[in-house]
Amino acid sequence: MKIIACIKQVPDSEAKVTAADGKVSWGDAPLVINPFDEYAVEGALQQKEATGGTVVVLCVGPESAREALKHALAMGADEAILVSDPALTDLDTVGAARILAAAIKKAEGEMVIFGRQTLDNGAGLTPAQTARVLGWPMLGLAGQIKVEARSVTVERVIEEGRQTVSAKLPAVLSVVQSIGEPRYPSFMGIRKASKATIPVWSLSDIGASAPAAIITRTELLNPPVRETSVEIIAGETPAEIAEKLADKILAEKVL
Amino acid sequence: MKTFVYIDHFKGEVQPASWEALGLAKTFGTTVAVVFGSDANDVAKAAFEYGADEVLHADDAALLDYRAETYASTLSALASSHNPNLILLPTTARTREMAAMSAVDLNTGVLTDVSGLEVSGDSFIATRPIYEGKLLEKTVCSGKPVMATIRGRAFPKPNRDASKSGTVTKVAAKTDAISEVKGYSASESAVNLGDAGIIVSGGRGVSNNPSLTPPAGMDEKQAEIWRAQQGFGLITDLATLLGGAVGASRAAVDGGYITYSHQVGQTGKVVSPDLYIACGVSGAIQHLVGMRNAKVIVAINKDADAPIFKVARYGVVGDLFAIVPALTEALKKKLGK
Ligand SMILES: Cc1cc2nc3c(=O)[nH]c(=O)nc-3n(C[C@H](O)[C@H](O)[C@H](O)COP(=O)(O)OP(=O)(O)OC[C@H]3O[C@@H](n4cnc5c(N)ncnc54)[C@H](O)[C@@H]3O)c2cc1C
Ligand SMILES: Nc1ncnc2c1ncn2[C@@H]1O[C@H](COP(=O)(O)O)[C@@H](O)[C@H]1O
Repeated sequence: MKIIACIKQVPDSEAKVTAADGKVSWGDAPLVINPFDEYAVEGALQQKEATGGTVVVLCVGPESAREALKHALAMGADEAILVSDPALTDLDTVGAARILAAAIKKAEGEMVIFGRQTLDNGAGLTPAQTARVLGWPMLGLAGQIKVEARSVTVERVIEEGRQTVSAKLPAVLSVVQSIGEPRYPSFMGIRKASKATIPVWSLSDIGASAPAAIITRTELLNPPVRETSVEIIAGETPAEIAEKLADKILAEKVL
Repeated sequence: MKTFVYIDHFKGEVQPASWEALGLAKTFGTTVAVVFGSDANDVAKAAFEYGADEVLHADDAALLDYRAETYASTLSALASSHNPNLILLPTTARTREMAAMSAVDLNTGVLTDVSGLEVSGDSFIATRPIYEGKLLEKTVCSGKPVMATIRGRAFPKPNRDASKSGTVTKVAAKTDAISEVKGYSASESAVNLGDAGIIVSGGRGVSNNPSLTPPAGMDEKQAEIWRAQQGFGLITDLATLLGGAVGASRAAVDGGYITYSHQVGQTGKVVSPDLYIACGVSGAIQHLVGMRNAKVIVAINKDADAPIFKVARYGVVGDLFAIVPALTEALKKKLGK
């Protein structure tokens, strides 16, 4: 089975991100694989171990996104594909979904695994939109995956608990943290990844045209600065501290 | 101006942000509540009580279990025949999917996790967090209808008025399911962090009480989890007293102390309660992005240098095993409970 994990490259989660001159700045923080997508790669590798097949990692992005793909290769993915084209600027999620769907078809993916959401845009829409464009079932927010005889069953983690949902392959999945800690790249993996050649597919390679953005940003804002001075509540005994703290909380009128 | 409001419910239990969406829709004009499922007659009735002008109910057994495809198709069909200007939904696991798919059908886009929405001419300008809330953006959607999922607790919840009623319009469901729901298990304790007004959270510190002696025969890991469960017991007591929910750091989840559904932070839930009490949580950036918008933050931590104190309004430098039960007692007395 060919399993495709879709990954994006984003600024590291430790980065101090600010709005400067209408642009997003993350200083000199590194660009890394979207942390949610490490779970997607992990989920794909687990399925390969369980049922065989190959794991292909797929990214739509600039040349620099090769590094994120290499990380996935170092984790153990078999192949990587970068879809990159100068015409692809300001993609919204529907646009990304159309490009991903075309690339997934060309790569002949049978099970596609996404992360829950991106760290930068944070929409969490691309997986379901890709499924819709492909006309495939969507099994979202999986904490566990099981493939059996051309069908896939997942345990979905939702607000109200866990739901077991299954569908015939091909299908689109997204995963959450419960899938298991992403494995660290091994020494061998890193060596292999550093030598790997990553093909770059252009829009004409996948037979797609650049989608026009439906969602556009009109303004970028730094969030309002919050008053952050902390008042330390001290006392001789826990009871005395608790007494004072309880009064403070009650005075805030939040109970 | 006509707005569809999708009322998200699970087995008849409504996600409260649905009503907040309804309240927001009322400020724009005509409000049409959209309800799915043959177990939702009460939900449809409640929509009138919360102020809907019209209620469309796809009362079909095919929609008894949520499936992304059927729900999206039904919503798309209703939008095509009723032509709303705007479709509002609460932000939940289900709505992100069905809105995403419906937007593909309708050739429009979805603005997610919206905390502000203004009308400007014939378009809507949404404010939403990006980069885990480190920045905000204003965005517009050029498609029609505009679709937006709103963030829980960002808009006021309208008052329920039991005297309001109306005639529910039954509408047809789409039944193009390509997935099958096989089963469901409720979480041990229903956690709805996104809607909680009060959250008491525990971190790795909840397992750190050397004076507790675990039952004989436990190995080190089991003893750690046992200790942590005593710690979370104290946290749950406080949360229960205040009518709040129990949250957790990722270290607590990874440690096996509590389930993932309680996790607050980057890979867990983003919450915005009125009160957040963090106990034995250090305050790593990935935790902070999930809770720093809480109105009042209280931190209880042994380490005076823990970064959680940088975002807290009130702090106690001390042992949570002593402070948390004392706080529960003090509040119990003061609240007369
Ligand atoms: C990609 C990525 C995503 C992540 N996502 C999340 C996320 O969603 N949510 C999240 O929380 N973390 C997340 N993390 C992990 C995060 O970086 C921290 O490791 C985690 O938040 C630490 O949890 P903690 O504060 O409970 O543990 P620690 O950092 O170990 O802190 C424990 C604290 O408890 C205090 N303490 C100990 N004993 C006591 C006691 N008896 N009384 C009072 N205080 C005590 C200590 O002083 C310490 O400050 C993520 C990390 C990465 C890399
Ligand atoms: N440019 C991209 N290339 C590959 N996968 C992507 C891209 N953008 C988003 N994804 C996938 O879609 C998921 C959700 O993204 P989003 O809808 O932007 O929050 C991510 O976790 C990735 O798995």
